[in-house]
This record gives sequence, C-alpha cells and structure tokens, in this order.
Amino acid sequence: MRIVALDAAALAQGLAPGLTLADARARIPELAAVDHDPLADRLWLERLADGCDRWTPMVALDPPDGITLDVSGCVHLFGGETAFATDIERRFALAGIHLRLAIADSPEAAQALARFQARPAADERQAIRRLPVAALRLDDESDTALRRAGLKTIGDLADRPTPPLAARFGEEMVAALDRLLGRADSRIVPRRALPALLFERRFAEPIARTEDALVILDELMREAALALEERRGGGRRFAARLYRSDGAVRDLAVETGLPTRDPAVPARLFRERIDTLADPIDPGFGFDMIRLGIATIEPLAATQLGLEGGSVSEEAMAALVDRIGTRIGRGRIRRFRAVDTHIPEQAAFALPAIELPDPARWATPTAGEPPLRPLHLFDPPQPIEVMHEVPDGPPRRFRWRRTQHEVTRYEGPERIATEWWRASVDRLPDPEPSHERPYPKRDDLVIPGDEIETPLRQPSGKPLLTRDYFRVEDVRGRRFWLFRHGLYDRETAAPVWYIHGLFA
Amino acid sequence: MIESVDALQALRGRIARIERQRPVDAPVPASLGVGGLDQALGGGLARGRLHEFFAAEREDAAGAAGFAAMLACLMLPAGAPVLWLRQEEAERQDGRLHAPGLAEIGLDPARLLLGVLPDPVTLLRAAADVLRCAEVGAVVIELWRNPRALDLTASRRLAVAAEGSGVTALMLRAQAEPSPSAAQTRWSVRVAPSVALEAQAPGFPMLDIELLRQRGRPSGGRWLLEWDREQARFTESAASGAVAAAAERGPAGGGAPLRHAG
Repeated sequence: MRIVALDAAALAQGLAPGLTLADARARIPELAAVDHDPLADRLWLERLADGCDRWTPMVALDPPDGITLDVSGCVHLFGGETAFATDIERRFALAGIHLRLAIADSPEAAQALARFQARPAADERQAIRRLPVAALRLDDESDTALRRAGLKTIGDLADRPTPPLAARFGEEMVAALDRLLGRADSRIVPRRALPALLFERRFAEPIARTEDALVILDELMREAALALEERRGGGRRFAARLYRSDGAVRDLAVETGLPTRDPAVPARLFRERIDTLADPIDPGFGFDMIRLGIATIEPLAATQLGLEGGSVSEEAMAALVDRIGTRIGRGRIRRFRAVDTHIPEQAAFALPAIELPDPARWATPTAGEPPLRPLHLFDPPQPIEVMHEVPDGPPRRFRWRRTQHEVTRYEGPERIATEWWRASVDRLPDPEPSHERPYPKRDDLVIPGDEIETPLRQPSGKPLLTRDYFRVEDVRGRRFWLFRHGLYDRETAAPVWYIHGLFA
Repeated sequence: MIESVDALQALRGRIARIERQRPVDAPVPASLGVGGLDQALGGGLARGRLHEFFAAEREDAAGAAGFAAMLACLMLPAGAPVLWLRQEEAERQDGRLHAPGLAEIGLDPARLLLGVLPDPVTLLRAAADVLRCAEVGAVVIELWRNPRALDLTASRRLAVAAEGSGVTALMLRAQAEPSPSAAQTRWSVRVAPSVALEAQAPGFPMLDIELLRQRGRPSGGRWLLEWDREQARFTESAASGAVAAAAERGPAGGGAPLRHAG
C-alpha cells in the first residue's frame, strides 16, 4: 500500500506521496490513514467545478485535482486579475479548501504553474522557463530521458531547436512544449455546452427563501423574453442554476414542446418541477447568484393566434403536454401518430408527445357503421386454433387463452394485402404445433401444374402473406378481430389464424 | 371554564368558516341519454368525481375501456384533452390502446395523451399529479389486478384531487375484485351481444353495466346500453327487458334507505 495524498501536517513531517504506508508508519506511528477513493475525489472535483461556474461558464476538469477556467474577457468584471484571484481564494477558503492558483496565457501554462511553481518569478515567461520538465506532464520514461540528457527545466528545452528534440524525444514532447510555451493554440473543452443565451443575477446579500429565488427567476425570464424577441426565436430548453453561498449548486431544467418566449410558460414549468422534486430545494445559507440559460433556441415568428382558429387548442395541448411531462417524466407521456399504411399494427404509434409538435389528422369513422377497428390491439397478434366449415370460409369456433368461443356473428373477410413496395417484416409468432392435420389440399380441384403461387418473401425467407380479417362476436357478446394469415390454396396450404384485437 | 367555552366557540366558528370557504359546488352531472340510468344517478354521471369501472372478466377489459372512452366523449366538450394512464405491463400483454379503434368509438386520438408508467405506485402518483391540472378534461386510470398501492388512502387522494380541480377521473380495473374505495360510483362492465346488422354482422358496441355502489344514493341497477357514436350518447337496448326491470327496483332519490359506498 502506497500513499497517494497527504495533508499539510504530514508533509511538514517529511512524508511524501508514493511512500509505502509501512515506511510512513515506521517514521510516524500516529499516522492516520484512510482508503483512497478516486471516484469520491472525482465527484468532489465535479462539485467544485459546478461552483466555479459562477466566474465563467467555461470550466474544465483537470483530473485528478485541478480545475481550469477560461477567464478570457471576464476578469475585469471582478476588478482585475488580483481581485479575481483573491475572490476565488476567499470562496475556497470558506469551504476549507487550500488551493494553488495560477493565471496564465494558455491552459497548460496555468496548470503547470499552479502545480510546479516553486518560487516567484518576474514575469510569466520567466516563471514558465523555471519549471521542471515534469511540468510537460509526459510519462515517467520521457521525464527520466530528458533529465538524463541534462535537460532539467523548461527553459533548457525552450532554447533548443525543435527538430532534434522531436527526433530524440518524440513529437508528443514537442507538442506539449509548444502548448506550454504558448507557441501552439490550445483551449479547454468546457464541461457544459454554452447555452445560447445566459442571464444572471448576483446578490450582495444571499437570499434565503426559495420563493424569492423564483421571483428573481421570473425577472430573468422576462429579460430573456426580450432577447428572444430580438432574435425572433423561442426557447425550448430552459435551465436555471441556483448557486448557494457555500458553493453548492442546484440545477433545474424544463423543456417545452413548442418554442416559446412567453415568460409565464417556463415560469409555470419551473414551479411544477419544484413541486415534484423528491428532495426539496434547500436554500441553506441562501443563494447568492441565480442564472438562467436557454440552451435551445428555435425560430418563432410573431404570431397572432386568435385569428388562426384551430391552432389555439393545439397550443393548449402542447402546454398541457409540457406541464404533465414535467410532472411525470418526458418520455412517459405519448401522443398517437397516424401512419399511412394498411398493416393495422403499424397504422398508429404512440410517440413521446414532446417530440411530436404537429398534430396528427385522423380519419373520421363512416357514419352508420359500427367500429371496424378494435380498441385493444395485440402486437404481435396471438395465434389461435380455429374451426371452420371450409378452409377459406369464416371461423365457426375458436380457442383462445384456453377458452372456447362460439362465433355467432361475423363480418368479413376484409382483405389486407402485404405492402410489397415496402420491405415490411411480419412479426407474427409461430403457432404452437398442433396435433391436427392441416386441411387436405383439394386435389380434385387442382389442375396439374397449378402449384401454390410463390408469395413475396421477407428478408428472413418467410413468405409475406395476405391477411383476411373477420370481425366476430361470440355467444356472450365479446367482439374479436381475427385474421387468417395467407390465402388458402393460393399462398399456403395450412393458413394460421391469429387474434389481433378486442372491440368494446 | 367560561374561557374554555369561549375558545371552543371561537374554534367552532373558525371551522365553520373554513368549511364554508371550501368550494362546495355541486358536481355538474352529465346525462348519459338513458332516462332510467340518469334518474338512478340523480341526473347523470357527476363530473369532477372519481368513478370506478370493473371489467367483469378478463375479456371484458376492452369493453370497460370502451365504456370509459365513451363516457369521455359524452362528458367532455369537444376537444378537451383526455389523459389515459396505463401500466407498461398491460400495454405489453393485454393489447395496446389502438388509436384508430378509439377514433371509431368517437374519441379523437388527437386529444388523447397516453401515459405509460412502469408500476401501479408511479401510476397512482402520476394520476394524482395530473388530476390537479384543471386543463385536463378527464383522466382514465387503468389498473390491472389488485395492486397493493391502491388502498383507501390512494383512492381518497384521487377523489380529493378530482374534486379540487373539477377533472373527471375514470378508473378502469381489470382482473380485479371490487374493494372499498372513495369513488363516487362503482360499476361492473361486461360486453353484451350486439344487435346484429344485416347478414349477421356484429353491430354497434353493446355493454351490460351494473351499478355496484353509489355515494349518497341508492345503489343497484343494471342496464344494457348501446353506444351511438354520431349522437355521442347511449341508447337503452330494447332487448334488455330483464335487466331494465332490475333497474326500476330501486326508486331514485325516494325514501329508500341510503347505502353509502366505500
């Protein structure tokens, strides 16, 4: 077991990371050790990075123990670099965190300076030149190779021409050197994509009530509405971040089905979201900053709903979907979508409502006809055993779920052919092997040479068969939708029957 | 002693005030189109209440679902959204809710939102949540078997939510035994032979419904109803002589002893 990290007191005693625990214990018997938990460290770092969001949205992790901020253009907001650094140090000190901080021209330089700088230097260039070669953050082997060659500091490397260095130590080393010295362009990859629009409010005194925070959020949304109107856009994804003064951050996100710039819409959704939170928002010592980001903006022309008639209720429906979706989960709420196909099980789909802003049009049923389509549809259809008088006639009696059903009324067949123009695939389950023999082929009727037509085949090699649908009612009044799969004698010698649905 | 009496009076006054502030608006009943049935229900099925429908047998589940869809057509203004909450298991094993079939009953699938939830607990929670949205016209809560989560408290919660927002809650139960609940009415639904069309074709949806319990009014009664999609109302079937007689057994609203549901 080796030591991964030590606190200040242990370092003062002369211990160093990498030492075996036994050695360290030999030197300092009262040493307290805990197991190394890289995952917990990582999560802790993520939480700190969340908190760093308050200075700039461009935050990147530099594992295992660093956070890199891109502060281009934001430092003046905090009163210059010194004040900025002091602010960061003060906040981390509040949370009891000791940190090493460096501001430099490139991310690598800042990372290296924060980690390796030993004594102050006149300027940034000087400081970088004084860094040990370990600041390049190459593997141990390359480090050793560089030191053996007498190249101990970055300055030693910077003065030399690069081609011989690349030839001896590899392109990678030269690339790292260029980035560190600012010769090559280098940027951080922020943890979160930047929202398209960002609005924030900082408070001199933290606000301790969630209701007050919501009022501020409403104000931010009104600001956002103005900005959206200028862009002729509407927001679809709104994310609020509440920054607590002790560094904790709470995220709330809502989404709308249609782009909107009405501040009331996200405001209501945020309230719904807060209502349904499993663990309520805890303001703790208060929030000192609230930020609203609009991640997705879609074009939204100025509309006048009143004159467009029908669309108003669709708007209302979309608003309802948003509300319910926020409460019970986005993917759980679905709307039906009609598909232009004859195959019944593919004619309607229930898709997540938020993905489906345009309303589907449904055919109005023919007046004076009883329902021709079932209310419950089995997908896939379930195979049944059917008795009939003639093999291509209507069913007389059938067996489903171990019950006999005596057919008293029927209508059919309604013939639904396969869609040969589509590479459709039947997903019908095979029936259980029956002990009865299939109907004998009507040999006497078959003219020699008149074989069963070869039907279309699906990719799996199974033939695509026509379906003959029957609406039947049994003695007790239950109405079923059955079909015979395959035309007897033309497509198959022993058609299989399926039950496809139940009528009311 | 005097003081405590005063305090008691003050408390009583406060309670009375609180109770008066509660919206005690009488539910607006929706006429089902059948005289005897409406009379038994005191004008029709109450809006903004919880109603429970039991499929008599497993095969009657589609009939019960159809009854709920028909009631939604009949009770709501055109275009009012209907939310149908189902369990994933039912959706998988006992048939998908088929949009063209709903359209054939008269419920436009465009106004339907389908919520598919993994288990009864989340379904009931979602139902209670959704019932608070006054924009919804009706919520159909479809529960299979007798989930433990559906106890008197859960159904009371649904009933209170429905009363508060005025949203009608239609609870569908399949493969379930009726148990005490806070529902306004409780029905047993089974499909019945239809009046055959020409050439012995199955006719319009025919349902045999039985009023099992009703809050504050006499229970009992059985009707054979045929659904008229074009008029969006039920008609009592002429073939239902026997069951119609049963319906007249309990005079509506009279001096008959009240049997409370629940």
